[in-house]
Amino acid sequence: MNGYSALDRFLRTDPRDVGCSQAMEILHVYAELMAAGEPTGQRYPGISAHLQACGPCGEDFEGLLAALRDETR
Amino acid sequence: MATVSPAVDQTPAAADPIDPESAEWLGALASRGEQREAALARLHEMLLRIAHRECRRRGPRLRITGPELDDLAYQAAADALVAITRKLGQFRGESRFTTWAYKFVIFEVSDKIGRHFWRNPGVRLDAEDWEKLPDQFGFEPAREAEWRDLLAALRRAVDTELSPRQRRVFVAIVVNAVPLDALVIELGSSRGAIYKMMFDARRKLRAALAANGYMGHYTAGRS
Repeated sequence: MNGYSALDRFLRTDPRDVGCSQAMEILHVYAELMAAGEPTGQRYPGISAHLQACGPCGEDFEGLLAALRDETR
Repeated sequence: MATVSPAVDQTPAAADPIDPESAEWLGALASRGEQREAALARLHEMLLRIAHRECRRRGPRLRITGPELDDLAYQAAADALVAITRKLGQFRGESRFTTWAYKFVIFEVSDKIGRHFWRNPGVRLDAEDWEKLPDQFGFEPAREAEWRDLLAALRRAVDTELSPRQRRVFVAIVVNAVPLDALVIELGSSRGAIYKMMFDARRKLRAALAANGYMGHYTAGRS
């Protein structure tokens, strides 16, 4: 990714973005569905939009998902 | 003013039947005596394993290693255990109990890492090193003639379009690369409040750049 696309992506906001509070509230539900291969983006478009834009919530989600996937190995 | 949408997603079913394993956890943690102590010890062991794993996953990017990383994992697991036992009544069976519990320890790891950031004495919140901005977005120094005007316009928009608090948050996170969770701690705020401030700032800056003919011209076809 070059500087132009990185800046463009950073400044782009998604109106579906639910924000941190709602994302953190149901992160466990979302992660469990994702780990089970369910279509999370369709059921929770606002959470998906948020996790793509918010670095800290995205990081938490990746960590939770990794923990769940570790369990099933 | 555009906002981060308050509630556009489906709410998980509140009255999902609780699976047998989760019910067993709830029963043991709500009991007394040896049964509760054994459940707490087992839960702490699981949380500690997840915390260590998460610290190892994030550690290389944070330059935290060895005993410091171990200490961070122990603190995260201990604080998560306290939070879980305090909020046990809030578990509604929307996921397995352990998934819900893991969420707490992941959040605690994030919090501890945010606090750890300020241990570096070289970090200053109010410094404004705008020379770093091109590098933060990956603009190549060799092609400065192509992006100089765009970043000058961005800096003007930061000064003219943002409120003082939005500007402070933008400079800290984008210019000085302070992690959002670390800024939350320093400002005594919440992740949601800082994210919302950045969300509104990003929207304002994009609109300002677009109004001055920058975004389409500079970004179209360059990715």
